[in-house]
Amino acid sequence: MAIIEAPEERGPLALPGGPGATTGRPVLGVFARPGQSKGWRSWITSVDHKRVGVMYGMAAIFFFLVGGIEALLIRLQLAHPNGTVLNAAQYNQVFTMHGITMIFLVIMPLGAALMNYLMPLQVGARDVAFPRLNAFSFWCFLFGGLFLNSSWFLGGAPDGGWFAYAPNTNPIFSPSHGMDFYALGLLITGIASTVGAINLVVTVINLRAPGMSLFKMPVFTWMGFVTQLLLVFAMPVITVALFLLLFDRQFGAQFFEVANGADPLLWQHLFWIFGHPEVYILILPAFGVVSEIIPVFSRKPIFGYPFMVISGIAIGFMGWGVWAHHMFASGVGPVSVAAFSVSTMFIAVPTGVKILNWIATMYGGRLRFTTAMKFAVGLVAMFTIGGLSGVTHAVSPSDLQQTDTYYIVAHFHYVIFGGALLGFFGAMYFWWPKAFGYTLNEKLGSWHFWLIIIGMNLTFGPMHIIGLEGQPRRTYTYPKGYGWDIWNLIETIGAFIIALAVLVFLFNVWRSRRTALREHIVVGPDPWDARGLEWMVPSPTPSHNFDEVPIVTHLDEFWHRKYGEDERGRPVRIAETADVVQKGDPTGVHLPSPSYWPIVIAAGLPIIGYGIIFSLGFAFVGAFIVLLGIYGLGLEPSVDPDAGHDGHDEPHGDGDGEDGAAAELPAGDAEDGAGDETPAAAANEEASAPA
Amino acid sequence: MSAPTTTTEAAHVEHEHAHPGDGEYMLVALFLAVVTGAEVGLYYVNMAFLPYAIILTVLMIVKFSTVVMFFMHLRFDSRLFRYVFLTGIVLATAVYMVVLLTFHFFSGH
Amino acid sequence: MSTAEDIRTPPVGQHQIGHHEAKPGEHGWTQTGVSNEKLGMWVFLGSECLLFGGLISTYLLYKRTAVKGPVPHQLYDIPFTSVSSFVLLMSSMTMVLALAALQRGEEQRCRVWLVTTAMLGATFISGQVYEFTSFVKKGMGYTTNTAASAFYTLTGFHGVHVSIGIIMLMSLFVMSLRGRLPQERSEVVEIVGLYWHFVDIVWILIFTVVYLIP
Repeated sequence: MAIIEAPEERGPLALPGGPGATTGRPVLGVFARPGQSKGWRSWITSVDHKRVGVMYGMAAIFFFLVGGIEALLIRLQLAHPNGTVLNAAQYNQVFTMHGITMIFLVIMPLGAALMNYLMPLQVGARDVAFPRLNAFSFWCFLFGGLFLNSSWFLGGAPDGGWFAYAPNTNPIFSPSHGMDFYALGLLITGIASTVGAINLVVTVINLRAPGMSLFKMPVFTWMGFVTQLLLVFAMPVITVALFLLLFDRQFGAQFFEVANGADPLLWQHLFWIFGHPEVYILILPAFGVVSEIIPVFSRKPIFGYPFMVISGIAIGFMGWGVWAHHMFASGVGPVSVAAFSVSTMFIAVPTGVKILNWIATMYGGRLRFTTAMKFAVGLVAMFTIGGLSGVTHAVSPSDLQQTDTYYIVAHFHYVIFGGALLGFFGAMYFWWPKAFGYTLNEKLGSWHFWLIIIGMNLTFGPMHIIGLEGQPRRTYTYPKGYGWDIWNLIETIGAFIIALAVLVFLFNVWRSRRTALREHIVVGPDPWDARGLEWMVPSPTPSHNFDEVPIVTHLDEFWHRKYGEDERGRPVRIAETADVVQKGDPTGVHLPSPSYWPIVIAAGLPIIGYGIIFSLGFAFVGAFIVLLGIYGLGLEPSVDPDAGHDGHDEPHGDGDGEDGAAAELPAGDAEDGAGDETPAAAANEEASAPA
Repeated sequence: MSAPTTTTEAAHVEHEHAHPGDGEYMLVALFLAVVTGAEVGLYYVNMAFLPYAIILTVLMIVKFSTVVMFFMHLRFDSRLFRYVFLTGIVLATAVYMVVLLTFHFFSGH
Repeated sequence: MSTAEDIRTPPVGQHQIGHHEAKPGEHGWTQTGVSNEKLGMWVFLGSECLLFGGLISTYLLYKRTAVKGPVPHQLYDIPFTSVSSFVLLMSSMTMVLALAALQRGEEQRCRVWLVTTAMLGATFISGQVYEFTSFVKKGMGYTTNTAASAFYTLTGFHGVHVSIGIIMLMSLFVMSLRGRLPQERSEVVEIVGLYWHFVDIVWILIFTVVYLIP
């Protein structure tokens, strides 16, 4: 989009530019363009991918505590047979919300936090393709998560399981508003995910630095790219399912009314066509993390880079062909069961390739077991266990015994907790210094790691046993005399050990920050002697990322600028880190300007949700806010004209309860030169904002 | 704001691959109208179900592709767009066909 | 601030700021040479395939399972719907004519075609509204049976997409009136056009699969 000539007239809805700017023309009572770089307002209006990433992370950790408390309540209830901590109705809500929270409000946003923070840096870009949409995605997710959890106080949380099988979720069996909060809440967070996915896909394709071909991208970025593609194509499917459920519940549609000819399997198919790619969405970013950490702390490049990339693509692709393995016991019939059983067995192969390649990377390397490395190796070990139980599910005859028992619960906790979560903890220890300028304490990190490994194995290990002995899942209690009592008690103790580990982690975060502030610790750009472009800039990352976009000639470009190889292929230092790392000088860089509109648009969505549930009037208010916000976003130049560059329009989300439609409205192209700041000064002010 | 001239039109053609003029778009639209007419006409012909369904499906695909290739310009644009869009179409077709197959949609109820 | 020293229609997909080409790290530069916004719209359309595919499949599944009440097939007025379909098809033509006009610098003509497209879209929507109300009068409401719910949901979603498109078209029209849609920004019209054509091709699918094939 070229803006070559701009007319003088700005129009009533165009925002006046920059701090202190006066246009002298009447504007329709809209806010001045935010220009602060510090304080809470700078976070609310930030469009910087790094800040968005940090906010995703903070929100995810908050929801992790919520979901963790729900988990402890479950374990308290199940510690003894005939427990009385929760009654059946309460238990249904707690286990449902535990699952929804952990999957949609913890693991996905933790992945989003890392992908948002790292992917632009790793490809050598200054930000994502659509920075304001990126901010919108975050606020949309946050408000969606809060909306979902507000159900606790507004008549009851969703109680149909995270998978919400119809017709159990119809009003007759789920009379409270809970399932409406489920449908609407996940529709809202779904918009966030879809818009974010479009953003990152375009970023990876279009904004790679010159010379960075696709096969020179870091493995983390590749895994993130596949994840975002999965999101783009899978989210619409659950969107359909959620709308069908919502329409049944709110408007009397007949989609799941069996007496009227409906088929409950429709829900299951739609849900799992999304649901299976979803689990790869959960794990692939963590796989990417491990592929970054292990090479650094083995001082070896990743073994078999092409295989790591291709296996990730294969997992993403094959993940579309296995969904009905969640439906083996549903009556789909022997042909479907057999077909999906075979396809599921095949999908173990690319994952096996990754596990072998990680081990091969470590083999013969000079290993350093920092906390990050411990978590990475922990993922490899724990995910392998979870993967093995997964292979037993793929065999449909054995799955018929395992399904709906704790054996399944064991499997997915080993892969999600032992896989994704451990990977993300490792990522935090690894990239914390890059984001914040100081490292987390290694000793506390070690305690965190070992406590969580012990805790998780005590919690989820015995579930294999009681599962095979027949303890059903999603059931609020169990009777005495089955021999399950001791295992359940051990699992509850394990859960509290996990809780202790999490407390250690939180303490580590608090303590490390306090120590860093007190002792003015600045850890330098490259504390681990790492490999990727994100380490080639100062820590904390300057807001403009790169002084100059690097020209890339190698995979692990940063490493190759520090090290050459001798005749035997061993690394030989060819440059001092300080000479390779960029200085952090923002002169001449123009960043996209902050904006209020993303949070405004996002705020309208839950209001629509409350309106649909309680009173339609609210829905119109919410829709109006969303529409207003979209026009505001569309008419606002993405780069504040008074910061030096004229506007460039961007697509924005249409949030009327649908999949984020990238409607295109041209931005104002004001060139009135009324700004009282020179371009360089404005850019410096923006660029010097702390990360 | 600016007056259309044939020189700008000529200059325009020079940097884009064969950007169709108005007349060509109208021809494409005429083609689409004719095909639609054929579809509707076929509706009134008394014929066996399977050939009818197949012909209509083929005509549908023809119209679909015509709009995509010419009006959406996919034929002449970067291959990236084609990959992304085709992925969506192929994935949707495959996945939903499988669902319908498991419901025995194609083999009668 | 940049001035129009050299008004030149940008090459396909290349962004420019002012009169110089964007360099890496600058706003508008892309490694592939295709614009972010256009790529983003195509990715979005790819994802919409899954959305409409799901709704169409739901309809296909349920069209014969109704236990009571009239089903859509009994109530179709094919001639009427054919005219509606024709109208929407023609709106795709007028849409691309609007784009072509703006690419030649003919802003006035672009506006004419934009409004025509919007009006054809509105005609289509009116046709849908009429069709739905006549179905309801004949006893097929939204909640009558599975086929009805699926039919109205599918065509309803499509109609909402068309309506959003009309709003975008009219927004473009207003921007053009205010001089904010010059030749250099024709890509905006192109991107709205992509959305509009997609909505049209979904209808091509729906018309055949839902209406014409029993």
